[in-house]
Amino acid sequence: MDGNTAAPAAAPAARTPWKAGDFSHVPYWIYRDQDIYAREQARIFAGPNWNYVALESEVPNPGDFKRSFVGDKPVIVTRGADGAINVLANRCAHRGVQLCQEHLGNAKEFVCPYHQWTYDLQGKLIGIPFRRGHKGNGGMPGDFDLGANGLPKLEVAVRHGVIFASFDRAVPSFEDFLGAKMLGYFDRVFDGRPLKVLGYSRQRIPSNWKLMMENIKDPYHASLLHVFLVTFGLFRMDQKSAVQMDDTGRHAVLVNRKGEQAANEATQEMRAFKADMKLADPTLLQPQREFPGDATVVMQTLWPNLIVQQQSNTLAMRQMVPRGPEAHDLLWTFFGYADDPPEMTERRLRQANLMGPAGFVSMDDSEVMMISQQGLDPYPDATAVIEMGGRDTVDADHTITEVALRAFYAHYRQVMEI
Amino acid sequence: MDGTTPARPIAPELRAEIGDLYAEYADTLDCGEYERWPELFTERCFYAVIPRENHERGLPLATVRCESRAMLKDRVHAIRETQMYVPRWFRHVIAAPRLLAHVDGVVTTRTNYAVFETQPDQLTRVLNVGRYEDEIVRDEGRLRFRRKICVFDSILVPTSIVLPI
Ligand SMILES: [Fe+2]
Repeated sequence: MDGNTAAPAAAPAARTPWKAGDFSHVPYWIYRDQDIYAREQARIFAGPNWNYVALESEVPNPGDFKRSFVGDKPVIVTRGADGAINVLANRCAHRGVQLCQEHLGNAKEFVCPYHQWTYDLQGKLIGIPFRRGHKGNGGMPGDFDLGANGLPKLEVAVRHGVIFASFDRAVPSFEDFLGAKMLGYFDRVFDGRPLKVLGYSRQRIPSNWKLMMENIKDPYHASLLHVFLVTFGLFRMDQKSAVQMDDTGRHAVLVNRKGEQAANEATQEMRAFKADMKLADPTLLQPQREFPGDATVVMQTLWPNLIVQQQSNTLAMRQMVPRGPEAHDLLWTFFGYADDPPEMTERRLRQANLMGPAGFVSMDDSEVMMISQQGLDPYPDATAVIEMGGRDTVDADHTITEVALRAFYAHYRQVMEI
Repeated sequence: MDGTTPARPIAPELRAEIGDLYAEYADTLDCGEYERWPELFTERCFYAVIPRENHERGLPLATVRCESRAMLKDRVHAIRETQMYVPRWFRHVIAAPRLLAHVDGVVTTRTNYAVFETQPDQLTRVLNVGRYEDEIVRDEGRLRFRRKICVFDSILVPTSIVLPI
């Protein structure tokens, strides 16, 4: 356990109360109050949950490491000499210095630059300069225990090349944490084939992290905001779709099947639909079927910090790092499979134009995140309405619903006790 | 390409014309004349905006990747017609280009740039800083980019990159 301070009292007295059992309204104070943020860090990100931290292919060899985050806490993912994965707090046990500054690298040991306390790849403290003093002066007390002063170690789960970590020893198995339904979708992309990282993209989005989570649980907006998705049938409400959750409501998937660029009764209500729009260079969008089943897009949100993106042939992990109540970093790792032929890699790189901070689709979302926060932030006592598709929290076989947001808040309120 | 002496000396007139190309590039974008931006490239061209960390690790993923002038036009169409974004001003400040080589009619350059962004209700900020790695050729009587890679240092992008770098 690492630095989990006692949670402050929830629902600040001065705030509009959140009616018990109401998941179809969300008060805006949860997106901007500092005490809620601190409580989330302790109960959600440092709680008994699996946080995505890295792909195994980023640390293929002994000594390889990657800097990552669990909530807002920096961690180091290492592959030990024994080949096993370790996740360590990126914080010297001596005076709290952040040991590792490099995004990716290879090391035999980690040496704190301040006083050169030295740790092995498992986080064990293996050396302290002048531990015995010099000519009888100084030194650490005789009973100082190296073994008790290592880097805090997190619990680790690895499934099919994806690495998760938890500060909480009481975390369930990864498989139980996902549940059978969500595990099925996870294994659809991560089927055990070795992965190949294609590159990174990073954004600081000036909105609360939950707005990002909500965005990828909300299929209703996709048919309205995103001209690209609507016009080219990449995700649209008149196509066969599904919104599914695990038993707790914390994880979800949005599933859709590619359709045609043809006007119909449904597209009349979509101002975003452009019947006559054509790409000057159509090679941008020439998706190739590569997964079993007829779904062409599956967006999976895994509590508490991950979005798995499969839109046509563009695959990415989107890791959320909260940066205070009013900002979060979205760290994208685009990948393919090690055995992809060159044409498939090209296709993935081309389709990546849809995603990231300049993406034909994702840019709409990051801009909306920004103006959502700007709009709600000055009105903490007002509430959001989340009633599209009803007030329940059960799976849907259509996209005109905000059910996955309600399910998320049902779980969130339970964990946060607010 | 390192900083070796050009294989052929670059005539002062050509040097001046290259300077003009960069001035036109910045001015065209900052005045919002996006339709003219693809015309500064050859029909078969490659344009990418890529985080420096990817570039230096040999990772191919780019933030923007256009494999033809037509793809640049699709970007312009998106800016004009399809994307939702908060209106803002861009300001490109492009340093004097370093001319690295002039071989077989292709001038290779490396040029520092900074792009500032101003949104309503916000202070002007640095959006993107990096260097252009370019190849310039004569095409239909004028200089054009046949390759332009914007390698950016500012890898943590503030919100979005909505307009061309
Ligand atoms: Fe979206």
